[in-house]
Amino acid sequence: MSQVELINISKSYHKQKDVLKGINLSIEEGEFFVLVGPSGSGKSTLLRMIAGLEEISGGILKINGNTVNHLPPKDRNLSMVFQNYALYPHLTVEQNILFGLKARKIDKQEQQKRLKEAAEMLGLTELLNRKPRELSGGQRQRVALGRSVVSHAPLCLMDEPLSNLDAKLRANMRVQIRRLQKRLGLTMIYVTHDQVEAMTMGDRIMVLNGGEIQQVGKPITLYNEPENLFVASFIGSPKMNVGDAVFSEDRKQLIIENQLHITVNPSSIMDFSKNRNIKVGIRPEHLLSGKSTGERNIYFEVVNVEQLGNETSIAFVVGKELWTAKWPGQWPVKFGQKVPVQILPEHLFFFDAETGERIKSAELRKRQEVITI
Amino acid sequence: MSMNPTLETNETYMYQFERVKKSARMKSFIKGMLFLFPSILLFSVFVFYPMFKTIYLSFYLTDAKGSTTVFVGLENYLNMFTNPIFLQSIKNTFLFVFYTVPPTVLISLFLAILANENLRGIGLFRTIYSSTIGISVAAASVFWLYLFNPTMGLLNKFLEAFGGEPVGWLTDPAWALLSVSVTTIWMNIGFTFLILLGGLQSIDRSLYESAEVEGSGYFYKLRRITIPMLSPTLFFVITVSMINSFQTFGQIDILTQGGPANETSLIVYSIYREAFVNYQFGSASAQAVVLFILILVMTVIQFKLGERRVHYQ
Repeated sequence: MSQVELINISKSYHKQKDVLKGINLSIEEGEFFVLVGPSGSGKSTLLRMIAGLEEISGGILKINGNTVNHLPPKDRNLSMVFQNYALYPHLTVEQNILFGLKARKIDKQEQQKRLKEAAEMLGLTELLNRKPRELSGGQRQRVALGRSVVSHAPLCLMDEPLSNLDAKLRANMRVQIRRLQKRLGLTMIYVTHDQVEAMTMGDRIMVLNGGEIQQVGKPITLYNEPENLFVASFIGSPKMNVGDAVFSEDRKQLIIENQLHITVNPSSIMDFSKNRNIKVGIRPEHLLSGKSTGERNIYFEVVNVEQLGNETSIAFVVGKELWTAKWPGQWPVKFGQKVPVQILPEHLFFFDAETGERIKSAELRKRQEVITI
Repeated sequence: MSMNPTLETNETYMYQFERVKKSARMKSFIKGMLFLFPSILLFSVFVFYPMFKTIYLSFYLTDAKGSTTVFVGLENYLNMFTNPIFLQSIKNTFLFVFYTVPPTVLISLFLAILANENLRGIGLFRTIYSSTIGISVAAASVFWLYLFNPTMGLLNKFLEAFGGEPVGWLTDPAWALLSVSVTTIWMNIGFTFLILLGGLQSIDRSLYESAEVEGSGYFYKLRRITIPMLSPTLFFVITVSMINSFQTFGQIDILTQGGPANETSLIVYSIYREAFVNYQFGSASAQAVVLFILILVMTVIQFKLGERRVHYQ
């Protein structure tokens, strides 16, 4: 059963341009659903509309099959974790966690039972008498989660909950939140601007840009078959390398950024009309290191090297773009050195240069998938 | 032995470091003093000097020009506490503080909470509620003088319209202090309102949003979030209003001149009469010192009691 349903939802402030338009979406029960997009894309607004903190300008919002457009937040039976945690600074951890239960006048014994449960689950038992200012960032985050846990609401909304934590803690909390959600069987709507969070946590992801849905789907689908250029470059890190491209007269070669000539099989590009402006994209891990004797090698001058230990990320200039290659292992590449790179046409994504729509996904990725299954 | 020369050089280095550090400290001290100089100068001329002069004068009798004549030690102080008019003014002052501070703060808090809502045209109401901050004591007093006028005043006209007896607002001993208090409350609301509204606006919106999602009603949020989060501001406002009330002078001078029968004679007004009507600068100074100590003690008590209940972030 779909738990949350958005039908043609839109939002505008002061009758001006829509900040969200035509959002149609349905979120299943027990699903971890991630809203991702750059800042200003309207993802937080959408979440706040679901919570009831923002008015819905147009469309219908259904929770559990009931239209809830008109209901105040407290009657929507959901919990929410805020970016800044919204802990009450004058209350202890215990009082913070029980705040909502007291407001709803829930039985004292039940309160204590839920408190104990949540505190044990989140490792807060020792901290119950502290004030928020005496807690570290990660501990505050756990208190905020605790408030959501004790509410026993089946739907949980999170608005960039990890953005105030350092990288290590963030990775740790990602796992904790994910486990919590599975354990409690929560339906989760999770807003983030971080595509890594989206990819690692979401059962399904919705990519939002400029108030419009770009694509909804499983993380891997978004990665392998991005609907458009925006999704292609937003999902994946480092981002997909993109360049303008044209076919040579004899249609045997693809010329990228007037610089790279790649031999293509004419039969595989049958469906491209001749004069169409296209952009090609290639994932950093598909810019393979060329064999020293390879014929298809293209030589690039290295403009930056990042040694990450398990992999090496190498940047070079292609036309007016900066491309990145990601090679597994450690490569003794130096700044300014010329390195051989191999580009297989099967790895290329093709996009319409005007609309940004995807024309064709990379072929090889699909074949690999088939093999692994 | 071979270690010795190195040690020595280390020590000379240390010595030099110390010297450089010392001169840097000196420089920053001088810089700091230069920044402080204007305010030290102004404070000395207008605060410190008058304060010490007042204490000095309080031990003397003076002539009409204010020069000291006879050293009398603590006699000014001792006489003061047998002076029924001064005792009356102390009693009046405490009553006045009690009549003005709690109503001012409560009314301002109420208005500030109203004006904190995000509604169309709320700016107009914020302006109206805070407008008395821009009205001088003299202007406000004259304005209220008209309202209180026993025959032409609007207040009595209202009473008459509803069939009531006219009240001598400023001439009836039972009413005079209350009337002055009402005037003062009205005048202080602007400032108190503005500070409280500022305090309310600085409370993080997300606290309320979180509380709403969690199912809190309006009054639950008011009691559990607004009041505790506002407590530092409330504490400040109460302290300042109290000090202000203790020092009230202008409206007394204009509205009642301390009458009727000294019912509205507050300490500062009493000091004024003693000094500039009776030309007793010595005993006036003694009263001023007593007022200073009174305010100091009240403020200290308030800090001791209040700090435990205030939640600073």
